[in-house]
Amino acid sequence: MSAPRLRIDRVSKRFGPTVALDGVCLEVAAGEVHAVVGENGAGKSTLMKVLSGALTPDEGAVHLDGSPFCPAHPHDARRLGVAMVYQELSLAPHLTVAENILLGVEPSRRGFLRLGEMRRAATAALAQLQRTEIPLDARAGNLPVALQQLVEIARSLAQADTRVLILDEPTSSLAEDDVRRLFEVIAALKARGLSILYISHVLEEVQAIADRFTVLRDGRTVGTGEVRGTPSSDIVRLMAGRQMDELFPRSPHAAGDPMLELDGVAGAVKPASASLTLRRGEVLGIGGLVGAGRTELLRAIFGLDPIRRGTVRVGAFSGWATPDRRLAQGVGLLSEDRKAEGLALSLSLADNVTLSQMRGMGPGPLVLPSRQRAAAVRWMQRLRVRYRDTRQAVRELSGGNQQKVALARLLHHDVDVFLLDEPTRGIDVGSKADIYALIDELARAGKAILIVSSYLPELLGVCDRVAVMHRGRLGAARPVADLTEHSVLMEAIGQA
Amino acid sequence: MTTDARDSIGRWLARNSWVGPLVALLVLYAVFSALVPESFPTAGNARTMIRQTTVVGIAALGMTMVVILGGIDLSVGSIVAFTTVAIAWLLQAGVAPIWAALGGVIAATLCGLFNGALITGLRVMPFIVTLGAMGIIRGAAKGLAGEQKIDAPLSWLNELIAELPAGSRWQILPPGVWLLVVLALVVGGVLRYTRFGRHIFAIGSNEQTARLCGVKVTRVKTLVYTLSAALAGLAGLMQFSRLTVGDPTVAIGLELDVIAAVVIGGATLSGGEGSVVGSLIGAMLMTEIKTGGTHLGLSNWVQEIITGVIIIVAVALDRLRHRPGQK
Repeated sequence: MSAPRLRIDRVSKRFGPTVALDGVCLEVAAGEVHAVVGENGAGKSTLMKVLSGALTPDEGAVHLDGSPFCPAHPHDARRLGVAMVYQELSLAPHLTVAENILLGVEPSRRGFLRLGEMRRAATAALAQLQRTEIPLDARAGNLPVALQQLVEIARSLAQADTRVLILDEPTSSLAEDDVRRLFEVIAALKARGLSILYISHVLEEVQAIADRFTVLRDGRTVGTGEVRGTPSSDIVRLMAGRQMDELFPRSPHAAGDPMLELDGVAGAVKPASASLTLRRGEVLGIGGLVGAGRTELLRAIFGLDPIRRGTVRVGAFSGWATPDRRLAQGVGLLSEDRKAEGLALSLSLADNVTLSQMRGMGPGPLVLPSRQRAAAVRWMQRLRVRYRDTRQAVRELSGGNQQKVALARLLHHDVDVFLLDEPTRGIDVGSKADIYALIDELARAGKAILIVSSYLPELLGVCDRVAVMHRGRLGAARPVADLTEHSVLMEAIGQA
Repeated sequence: MTTDARDSIGRWLARNSWVGPLVALLVLYAVFSALVPESFPTAGNARTMIRQTTVVGIAALGMTMVVILGGIDLSVGSIVAFTTVAIAWLLQAGVAPIWAALGGVIAATLCGLFNGALITGLRVMPFIVTLGAMGIIRGAAKGLAGEQKIDAPLSWLNELIAELPAGSRWQILPPGVWLLVVLALVVGGVLRYTRFGRHIFAIGSNEQTARLCGVKVTRVKTLVYTLSAALAGLAGLMQFSRLTVGDPTVAIGLELDVIAAVVIGGATLSGGEGSVVGSLIGAMLMTEIKTGGTHLGLSNWVQEIITGVIIIVAVALDRLRHRPGQK
């Protein structure tokens, strides 16, 4: 066998104490579509960042066609022949298709664009995808997402001698027809000898398009092989296969009266249909793939997004309500995006904790900063937050401590129904354990908790019941005793 | 000094962004006093400078709220001009001074309500809406005044920020300045000690978080632009008091002086930061440079250059304070 197009040899990457990649090995031949699969947090995106030049590995080596490949930054990687198409598209929406394809490498003479040459080069790039019908003069922002993605692929072909193309979850925002067309494009590129790294956790797609696969788990390569002849259940076992750790306190919860009832709830786009009953003293989990509509469901319940159909009943209240009404009804949401939505990073701990609830903070309508600080101190001690001063900006805290501040706001508001969206994403293990213990304690105190999580051990470890969402539809909630990581994952990819 | 003590002083400085401008204000005062000892460091000159800061100072109170909210209000100068015209027009029509003044301020307040409603209702950037309003309101002032100054009969309104007559020296400062002091205490108190005030900071810091926490974002924004215009109306009343006529071409570019005062005082245009004390110090600093320059015999153009430099230096120093990685 000749030298592989791309060889990744024992690559490791650490962030502080966290080991994101631990001796990952992977080989891709020319003209091969290689799928990289793994749960969220398995290290897929870190690996791709190393390949695309956004991160430098601590150890190990990468070779491209036999010569060392160590790009200093993403542009460098592109120049050397490795291009990545990100999940969030990076086109300039106001420029035309042709301008986007040749952005930065515009053919010109003495500073003047050579428009004819530009059209020729853009057409040539689209021809490689066999998609010359895309209008060169259309504004990129006006194209449907599927076509924007193709323009982005065309750009990576036009700008350098691209030998390896990385597609990161390319189908996450595509309809089925578009997925089929994308696969035709991939097949065409493969026929031209390009190597393609296809990152996905949708196994049906992997089986439809990939030649070989590599499974990552906890930053390690745990398996690799031919897609043909490998049943998907084997791949799922490689992805999940882990023992539940000691992280999860398990105490009996007594489920009481219904606190939150959903009946056929549909949002503007997602979810398509969701029904469930959340009871006092119960922890109910929602599993599923990223993009299945779980976050949208929580946002619709909380009134941040509109509801198209169905009813939401909170205690005696029925119907849609704005966030301030929901808070008044005792429902609180922990955002999945701590930095952009969950916290006002430049404000103090005290302000963040008391933002939604300032009653009793002073005489009459006044809010005394000293009382805000006293309230914050109480919650910071209770949640064991490491901080210096309640007047310091939340930005200065670590991720885990920030998340505790966001949780403290719900506790301070004294909500009865907790909607927690990815409550432990991107935080250290110690803080995770603290948050699991807190959830357990809240349930025992009679609170109702709805958790969306992409981390299966967490769902099965913390929840009493779990329901799975697949493409906007929420399945029936079942006791965790009847579930395994394997069964949840199969349901999440629609193969239950 | 121990490291601990130095750290806590550093943090105190970081929290109180008005300290830097205050030091600059005092240092410049000392410099001008040393250079022009016979005329600059007198009680009379101090009173004059304070009186001259009143118009910008009152308008800066409103702008402070707007900037903390993460917005901007470019219509302030036009509102000041419109208010002087409205007051003069009412006085000329025989309305009693108190009602004329009130009428002018109410007209200004309605301008702000209009700004706020457009910004929240149409979801157009505040810069654009208030830029448009700047032209609309200036035009309306000119139309109402028939493109000329409106003379008004003299009344007690003209004594609001005038030098106090010999018999009233016990008041220390003219009533207009006292109004500024009271308003500053109220606005400062509202920002620091009320839900509304904390919500302004929260929206400026992160509007999405505010929405998540049930803050009524639309209502708060509309109210802030309305208050800003009401305060601009009061600034207009002070302007009228000094002019004694309604002048539709007065206060052109005033909004930029007001924004400069707020920014020198430690507010950031991206929102979430700023203080009343800082903005007033910023306004004082600009008057001080103008007055000191005049006493020194510096030409107008030199004063303008110095003011421009001060704005950039103040904000650059503020960036240093926010250096990433600083604990």
